[in-house]
Amino acid sequence: MLIAAIIALGVGTYSMRLGGVLLRGRLKLSATLQRLLPMAAAALLAALAGTAALMAGTDFAGVARPLGVLVGGVLAWRKAPFVVVVLAAAATAALLRLAGVP
Amino acid sequence: MRTVQRTAEDRVLRRDAATIAAAMIAVGASFGAIAIAYGLPVWVPFLMSTVVFAGGSQFLAVGLFAAGNPVAAVVAGLLLNARHLPFGLAVSEAVGPRLRDRVIGSHFLTDEVAAFTLAEPDPARRHRVYWIIGLTLFTSWNIGTALGVLLGGATGDPDALGLDAAFPAALLALIMPSLKDRATRAVALTGAAIAVLLTPVLPAGLPVMCALLGLLTLIRPRRRRTEPSC
Repeated sequence: MLIAAIIALGVGTYSMRLGGVLLRGRLKLSATLQRLLPMAAAALLAALAGTAALMAGTDFAGVARPLGVLVGGVLAWRKAPFVVVVLAAAATAALLRLAGVP
Repeated sequence: MRTVQRTAEDRVLRRDAATIAAAMIAVGASFGAIAIAYGLPVWVPFLMSTVVFAGGSQFLAVGLFAAGNPVAAVVAGLLLNARHLPFGLAVSEAVGPRLRDRVIGSHFLTDEVAAFTLAEPDPARRHRVYWIIGLTLFTSWNIGTALGVLLGGATGDPDALGLDAAFPAALLALIMPSLKDRATRAVALTGAAIAVLLTPVLPAGLPVMCALLGLLTLIRPRRRRTEPSC
């Protein structure tokens, strides 16, 4: 049962990945729709970042994580290198937790 | 000159890939350790990390497996992974023109791969970015899983290392350049706000898909443009 569930989840996830990739070739998208795709992706990625930054399950994620992401976000906005953004976000959250901030 | 620039770009790409790979190894290790701590068979995390390869749904599913509810694990996992379809549409050209590339390459599509690929301004380089990041993350996620299974609880809590802040910050850094465009910024920020607000009330996966409603900000009343000036 477990193996069937894992295969089903894997095949289903792969189908959605491949479905999107193949569908693009089949669809004759107008120029307007083609312009929408990167915007749609940006909305999804921003939503993933926003929910991952602020929420843990259905509750708020506390203080340390959002502040860490905020520090990373400001650095990214100031065009800091990717490595610096990621490390600063992690270090901020880690240090805040070390200091007892939830 | 061109080669020099290309090598420099590749060096940055490899450094960025290494950064996200290190984080993937640590989170993959926590996944492996959690699966074992739940009392699931050793092959479960390995099979999931290779066959499913989608972190969020894997964490969600092992919890439901442990609770004895594999059907819910599949349904909830697929709902959470539905976003891969629009991501697939968006990165399709980067995966490659050949069917073989698409059949194999699609499996490596994750949030981070989509973010890295779309962050590359030169469409000609996107194919390279997609495959380098995709293969790097697949490898590091599976190495992490193996480490977690082997080391168990000794891998530590990824939250203590601040990794839960690292991933959203990484996504932010990758989408930041695209937010310079005013229309994209409105779509993305509205979408993110919708997703955050809906997270407490909708099952996991749906709030992020609802972020697509942010596209509605593109609909503007035409009146201003067509208003006669006389």
